[in-house]
Amino acid sequence: MIRIPPAALIGLFFTSVFFFCAIFAPYIAPYGMAEVVGDVWEPSSSEFLLGTDSIGRDLLSRMIWGGRTTIFIATAATILSFVTGSVLGFFAAVSGGWVDQVLSRFIDLIMSIPSLIFALVVLSVLPTTIMTLIVLMGLLDSTRVFRLARAVAVDITVMDYVEAARLRGEKIGWIIFRETLPNALSPLVAEMGLRFIFMVLFVSTLSFLGLGVQPPQADWGGIVKENKEGINYGIQAALYPAYAIAILCISINLVADWILSRTTSLKGGRG
Amino acid sequence: MTEPLLKVRGLKIGATIYPPGEKSREIEIVHGVDFDLEAGKVLGLIGESGAGKSTIGLAAMAYGRGGVELTGGEVWVNGRDVLKSPLRDKRRLRGAEVTYVSQSAAASFNPAKRIMEQVTEAAISQGKFSKQDAEARAVALFEKLGLPDPETIGTRYPHQVSGGQLQRCMTALALCPEPDLVVFDEPTTALDVTTQIDVLKAIKDAIRDTGVAALYITHDLAVVAQVSDHIMVLQQGSMVEYGTADQIINNPQEEYTQALVSVRSIKHIEKEPTDTPVLKVENVTARYAGTNFDVLKNINVEIHPGQTLAVVGESGSGKSTLARVITGLLPPSEGQITFDDHVLTSGLSTRPKEDLRQLQMIYQMADTAMNPRQTVGTIIGRPLELYFGLKGKEKQKRIQELLDEIELGDGFQDRYPAELSGGQKQRVCIARALAAKPKLIICDEVTSALDPLVADGILKLLLKLQKVEDVAYLFITHDLATVKAIADSIAVMFQGEVVRYGPKSQVLAPPFDDYTDLLLSSVPEMRLGWLEEVIAHRKMESAGN
Repeated sequence: MIRIPPAALIGLFFTSVFFFCAIFAPYIAPYGMAEVVGDVWEPSSSEFLLGTDSIGRDLLSRMIWGGRTTIFIATAATILSFVTGSVLGFFAAVSGGWVDQVLSRFIDLIMSIPSLIFALVVLSVLPTTIMTLIVLMGLLDSTRVFRLARAVAVDITVMDYVEAARLRGEKIGWIIFRETLPNALSPLVAEMGLRFIFMVLFVSTLSFLGLGVQPPQADWGGIVKENKEGINYGIQAALYPAYAIAILCISINLVADWILSRTTSLKGGRG
Repeated sequence: MTEPLLKVRGLKIGATIYPPGEKSREIEIVHGVDFDLEAGKVLGLIGESGAGKSTIGLAAMAYGRGGVELTGGEVWVNGRDVLKSPLRDKRRLRGAEVTYVSQSAAASFNPAKRIMEQVTEAAISQGKFSKQDAEARAVALFEKLGLPDPETIGTRYPHQVSGGQLQRCMTALALCPEPDLVVFDEPTTALDVTTQIDVLKAIKDAIRDTGVAALYITHDLAVVAQVSDHIMVLQQGSMVEYGTADQIINNPQEEYTQALVSVRSIKHIEKEPTDTPVLKVENVTARYAGTNFDVLKNINVEIHPGQTLAVVGESGSGKSTLARVITGLLPPSEGQITFDDHVLTSGLSTRPKEDLRQLQMIYQMADTAMNPRQTVGTIIGRPLELYFGLKGKEKQKRIQELLDEIELGDGFQDRYPAELSGGQKQRVCIARALAAKPKLIICDEVTSALDPLVADGILKLLLKLQKVEDVAYLFITHDLATVKAIADSIAVMFQGEVVRYGPKSQVLAPPFDDYTDLLLSSVPEMRLGWLEEVIAHRKMESAGN
């Protein structure tokens, strides 16, 4: 029986709630995503738990549908950035020499451009579909993952067991996936939680600026944007997505911390 | 009878361990040890790693390292029970009455401060001497310990002196506050044999001249025999035997002590060279990329099938570089290597798989030579898959055969390296090399990181496997006792050159060249008075020259 510390339990609980809502949004949300059901900025009532938004849509439904979009984009982009970043990072570290130099300097070049500005430029040219967003965010963020993966892998590739694998005549695939990757997993998993949070913030920022998810599609950054004028009149609508983002970020971090502390033992992931 | 300087009664020491995935728990690592040490005497503490030697040594300062707790018993220093005294009194004790010399001087000195400041620090802060007196005392100690330029060496930084000199500086540091007791914790273990002898002599003289008492901790019985009056043998936190140095060395009572005394007494009869060597290194010169210095200079050696060539030398002599050149990790700048009647390509990437299979390697540190995330079964099974395409049941069967061959037996296939002892790890590495059915195995210091008895077991295993599998070894080591035990021929390396090469009987027989003589005479022998003989012999020689 695994004993889960309370902090991780809280994190797991909220993370599961968010992901559950995201996956089953069509069955949970009381109203449709873009359905106008009431007046502008109605206060919360039994009919509309969180009230309504700037054009009279149910805010709770918008939050659930928006969570679905935001979490889906962030998850897909995180996976893309990890696969690209870590494979390239390990490849650079294991190959060494000029391969490493060319890759690392190219990544440095991309990293020297602020990601938000880079994204704004690209999105103003390309059509803003969800696919574009995922690919763009995934690739931009893979530079950070590359840096970490390469640094971790460089430490591992100097170990005798990697040299032994080279002497045995192993191909680069075996060295990356069987010798290096398993020993680099725990820092990468911890980083994954962090990067996922950055993705949520990034996509919300883009949507807030109007270059991310396009209306009437709901997402948390978009909900803030649509309801920001309400704050002047004491309407809470724009704050709910902010709460959601904060709670999600903290709970993911709690889970990542727990995973990291469980996998750092050198017992081959048994402990 | 006068009260002894140090009196230890029923000392029990506990530690907290943190097994991964389980609750932390307390274990006892020293189970009630008693001993006395009179002023001016030296007590040697000897045992394998984990025997509790260092822990007992530190307990004499009423100190336990992180996670270690002095749980019971009494430690009396100068008539006071220091375990029960308040922290303020313990501070007065440490660095004033009892001082400590650690194994790695390089890791213990602060690299940012000059040596003199660190040597005199304790003496001054404990109020024993003024700054001036302390420095004068340090210079006197530097001179007594045979350090060059005793007047000015204190102004250097730790990295500006050699390892052996730094270890002597640390001895000066320990002696500077005029303590009553010094704890020497493996002070010569990290040094080359030729350096060890000088440090040993310096420590011995300093102890005699200053009249200080000492606890001398080491795993090398031959070393402790040179400096101690009494010896206490420890095993897993309990005392096995206590006696005078003479009695322990010449008339050990307990079985464990007898095993320690007779260690490295493997008899190996040298084989005749054959007509066709399995490996021939011809005129090999090599240097590392980006340097302008040849690490290997014109090396010529041969290894015959089923025999062992021992390459011996001190650190920095180029032994391991020779292994890297043969394996193809470092292409030589000149010369060629013939293996099994064909010339090996110089780089690793161009070698056919068959050559890689025939030439295997075993590393010094078994810990880092095995992937911690792979089971023993995967580690040994991989060469079987890669070279012979074995799968499933057939592979399992062969892995078990290999495990039996290295005397590990059942139940090891699913274990991870972290669940093995040091000796078992090295055995698994041997099995991995054997799995490829090689003609030659390069053994790079394979026993250096192991306790003497465990190392003995590994050497016996290697000799047995050589008979069964008819495999040749290139055996790299700095330890001449190991060489005597296992070699058929020997190459002595010094600064990148082979200075002496031939069959074992010739290399180890006079007349010697200067370097081989120095190396051979520096290997500690298991008898009293050896140190004095060697030093006297050297003095005579230098007088003769």
